[in-house]
Amino acid sequence: MNVPTTIIRPKKLFSMRDITELWAYKELIYFFTWKDLKVRYKQTFVGVLWAIVQPFMAMVVFSVFFGGLAKIPSDGVPYPIFVYTGLLFWQLFSDSLSEVSGSLIGNQSIITKVYFPRLIIPISTVVTKFVDFFISAIILAGMMVYYHITPSLQSIIVIPVLLIITAACAEGLGLFLAAINVKYRDVRYVLPYFIQLLIFLTPVIYPASIAGKWSKLLALNPMSGVINNARAALLGTAQVNWLQLGISVAGCVVLLLIGIYVFKKVERYFADVV
Amino acid sequence: METPIIEVKNIGKRYTIDHERGRYIALRDVFASIIRRPFAFMKTRAKRAVGLEKKEEFWALRDVNFSVQKGEVIGIIGRNGAGKSTLLKILSQITPPTEGEITLRGRVGSLLEVGTGFHPELTGRENIFLNGAILGMKRSEIARKFDDIVDFAGVGKFIDTPVKRYSSGMYVRLAFSVAAHMEPDILIVDEVLAVGDAEFQKKCLGKMQEVTRKEGRTILFVSHNMAAVDMLCKKTVWLEHGTVKRIGETKEIVEAYLSDRPSAEMVTTRRSDQIATKKEKGVPHFTDISVAPVGGGPIKSDSQLEIKLGYSSGSDKSIAEPQVSIIIFNEASQQRVLYMNSGISNKNLGDSLPAQGTITCQTGNIDLKAGSYTINVWLTSNNTNHDTIDDAFRFEVTTDMEKFDYKLPPTKDFTDHLIPYAFKNE
Repeated sequence: MNVPTTIIRPKKLFSMRDITELWAYKELIYFFTWKDLKVRYKQTFVGVLWAIVQPFMAMVVFSVFFGGLAKIPSDGVPYPIFVYTGLLFWQLFSDSLSEVSGSLIGNQSIITKVYFPRLIIPISTVVTKFVDFFISAIILAGMMVYYHITPSLQSIIVIPVLLIITAACAEGLGLFLAAINVKYRDVRYVLPYFIQLLIFLTPVIYPASIAGKWSKLLALNPMSGVINNARAALLGTAQVNWLQLGISVAGCVVLLLIGIYVFKKVERYFADVV
Repeated sequence: METPIIEVKNIGKRYTIDHERGRYIALRDVFASIIRRPFAFMKTRAKRAVGLEKKEEFWALRDVNFSVQKGEVIGIIGRNGAGKSTLLKILSQITPPTEGEITLRGRVGSLLEVGTGFHPELTGRENIFLNGAILGMKRSEIARKFDDIVDFAGVGKFIDTPVKRYSSGMYVRLAFSVAAHMEPDILIVDEVLAVGDAEFQKKCLGKMQEVTRKEGRTILFVSHNMAAVDMLCKKTVWLEHGTVKRIGETKEIVEAYLSDRPSAEMVTTRRSDQIATKKEKGVPHFTDISVAPVGGGPIKSDSQLEIKLGYSSGSDKSIAEPQVSIIIFNEASQQRVLYMNSGISNKNLGDSLPAQGTITCQTGNIDLKAGSYTINVWLTSNNTNHDTIDDAFRFEVTTDMEKFDYKLPPTKDFTDHLIPYAFKNE
């Protein structure tokens, strides 16, 4: 008879068991995502629409002030669709980042009572944000029809890659911050502010081209490559820049590795300190 | 002999006091200390790195060994701080051990709390699925058992109502019902049975007995409730100060446990590092406790108690707005039977206490039935709790039944109090 055997030992930092276990608990990712969506849409007045209202309002405000009044260039496409494409990816990143960074502290009541691979929580957080992304992407589709813009064929390959990079960046940086959050409890008050500022280091409301001699520095931000290439593929603002895409891939891999390493370190004593 | 289903070998868990004391370090403070005293900061860091300065540490568990055969129900008992919950957390993989190894042969389910992950906004139905998944059940498994779970909890009509509208009784019943339908080979249960009404508790105990007998499930049951341990468990492990004091037949162990008195000097019953920490930080704390009946002799049901609490403010300063609470528990059932608090009494401690001294609390007749009782004491100043001692003192009450015009109630745990009464037909 095949009996599943568990051996409990002082914990090592990494082992193969982590990966097989994550797979065994995959259903829990579904349940946490399902709960997040259900609870959020029950609590807010407009429900599912909230996912659309948020980026839509931001797009309107930015279009009036930056596109209309400040006349910020938009690489030859109408400013509203230019900024909305940026916002779509930016929101996937920043929402995931802020929730992943609070995920250990926010779920301590579960973490101190039941065992499951701790990575399940931050993973399902990002999955939830993907649902929001696809809902708010409907507006983008509508805008493309309105402005008569046809996405290039490359999009079929490029966009999924960009989504994976975005998720990996948010997950990696988020795990790192989640671990810091556990140790230093004052960090979470600064984080939202810090995340808000990040938007200015990324070409969301302006095109990368206006950065001039700083544009090389800007390209080091993995989210830069994501948003530039998203616009290139979807709106035809430029050719897909493979070098920049490569930088983004390298950036997200580094972030993810650091994030997982720090998270794993804290995970070992997390239940003892909260 | 078969291979045991659970083998616990040389398990130890070490905590550093540093971790404990510095639970909430602020990054701000770290920066501030680097800037204000850069050399002092570097020095402690360097000393720590070389090993000159060691962090204070203590072992919550050390050299714990036991094994369990398939189908056995094992009780784990011990006083607060004996390491029960640490052992439980290690067995449930919530925290890793510092040394040693545990082998569990079979699917493990652990129940440290009922209703983990319940969300008030979600309906009963939704929470059953969510909670079931968190406890490790597959979706298909939950769907299959869904009707049984609802039936057992008896919340049929309200299954599509958000649980925030449930009464607390319904909430607990639903939560326990999900847990009771887990089908692991090994079930690890904490004090979860202490919730819910008495009737439901009985139903749960019944359910647990049923599954062990029928399906040969192995259960590790941690409890303060000696009656429940006695009823469920054949064997019992008695933990004390982080090690196994005795293992054996439940009857023997429970008897020995109940007659083992913590020493009359309360300071020895708590970790000396705690007192040291409090002294060092200048936090008010208790130094001594004694309980005696007014007029001496043994404590009887109609005795009045005099409880003396020695204290120190931990510095030369007096203690502002002092408040002392004393809670008396029935040791076997862990039910609160008496509660005294200087903050809600008109005969209180006034606005401040001198830096050192003794507080006395004198009660009226305690009216407690024969049995063992334990005392928890709390010391609060300016609405901040500074010191809590669980099981600070233990005392035995005897009863002269002749003083009452009746026999003892039919069931032992029927009541904690004995008062004179008379019936009349008018």
